[in-house]
Amino acid sequence: MLRVDVEKQLGEFTLAASFSSEGRVTGLFGASGAGKSSLVNMIAGLLRPDRGTIVIDGETVDDTAAGIHVPTWRRRIGYVFQDARLFPHLNVAQNLDYGRRMNNLAPDPAQHRRVIDLLDIGALLDRRPGKLSGGERQRVALGRALLSRPRLLLLDEPLGALDEGRKLEILPYLVRLRDEANVPMVYVSHDAAELRQLATQIVMLKQGRVTSFGGVKVLT
Amino acid sequence: MLDITPAEWTAILLSLRVAVIATLVATPFGIALAWLLARKDFWGKSVLDALVHLPLVLPPVVTGYLLLLTFGRRGLVGAFLADYLGVVFAFRWTGAALACGVMSFPLLVRPMRLSIEAIDRRLEQAAETLGAAPWKVFFTVTLPLALPGVLAGMMLGFAKAIGEFGATITFVSNIPGETQTISSAIYSLIQTPDGDAAAGRLVIVSLVLALGALIVAEWFARRATARLHGN
Repeated sequence: MLRVDVEKQLGEFTLAASFSSEGRVTGLFGASGAGKSSLVNMIAGLLRPDRGTIVIDGETVDDTAAGIHVPTWRRRIGYVFQDARLFPHLNVAQNLDYGRRMNNLAPDPAQHRRVIDLLDIGALLDRRPGKLSGGERQRVALGRALLSRPRLLLLDEPLGALDEGRKLEILPYLVRLRDEANVPMVYVSHDAAELRQLATQIVMLKQGRVTSFGGVKVLT
Repeated sequence: MLDITPAEWTAILLSLRVAVIATLVATPFGIALAWLLARKDFWGKSVLDALVHLPLVLPPVVTGYLLLLTFGRRGLVGAFLADYLGVVFAFRWTGAALACGVMSFPLLVRPMRLSIEAIDRRLEQAAETLGAAPWKVFFTVTLPLALPGVLAGMMLGFAKAIGEFGATITFVSNIPGETQTISSAIYSLIQTPDGDAAAGRLVIVSLVLALGALIVAEWFARRATARLHGN
């Protein structure tokens, strides 16, 4: 479960968003500049709200009134960025294992295998990120986030940097992820078609405010 | 080919020891400072930056004299270190290492700082979202990506340290076998009649060492670029 009620002043722009979602995939929909990325960065703890609360899975990670701000690295979230952000000095296998190592989790070969199969990245394990295509990079980034065993997965326009063909290549993996990975997701996109395929709930943002909230029907 | 005498070997080995120790001891401080200057904004940052660069523009004899005043047997820090820790710098090879370390510090820090500045901070953010505490981010992302720059800084610092003259001779004098480095040996030799041949040999040695270090530093710098692009 995710509950967000925050305000943040970013220059001239005011972000004031409030919603709560039980959905498996919460779609954050809005035009660019609507404040979607800022909102996700606040959920991730990369940006600190001026006022308000954020609750992930029952744990209050932000509460400005109570002075609570859990740092990003203790939030147990996964974040897939538009620009995969794989570590260039590590190969794919090391990238995938990074989150497990940082969280001092015991190896879980079965889970490891499952994620690698789910994303079809078994053949890439020895490669460096510089030698991957955009689509491959994004799949590895997904795997890396999943293998840190997050309780919430944030995806900020994960297909945004890919051309149409590549998008169609990744979308089925995201659908599989939704149905099989068992991790709630927040999926940011300005593409209604994408969200219709993936999201179970929609939060619509316009100029820093939530204008509607509900099932995928609101995307009309 | 080069007929190096035992006395010259002494100076060469001492120079190498002084420069290696100076570089190794200065490196952790250099990395810390490079990171601070590249990544943090704090009050007095420009003063600190200027202070780091000071040995580059100050007359070396002034740096040496300031070191003597501070770390000499009766200096503020020197007296304390000698009385409580038994560490003496004045007229010892350790003092030469200190002088070389201070004089080469600006050159050592600069490539380190540049390589840290060149790292995409979004990679560090990604590491944080994967559960890495800030110190882990530093050791698993920042430092490995900056490593070629760190090594380049070390090589450049080493090259400078091995040739240092003014501050060293002012601080620890020119004692054969203790503080007489290649540079001060050359200085002594060209003051002596018939010293030309020996001076010439040491000049060649110092040329080779400096050139070698520069080439290695350049090679590391190129590696740094390749590494940042993930190849």
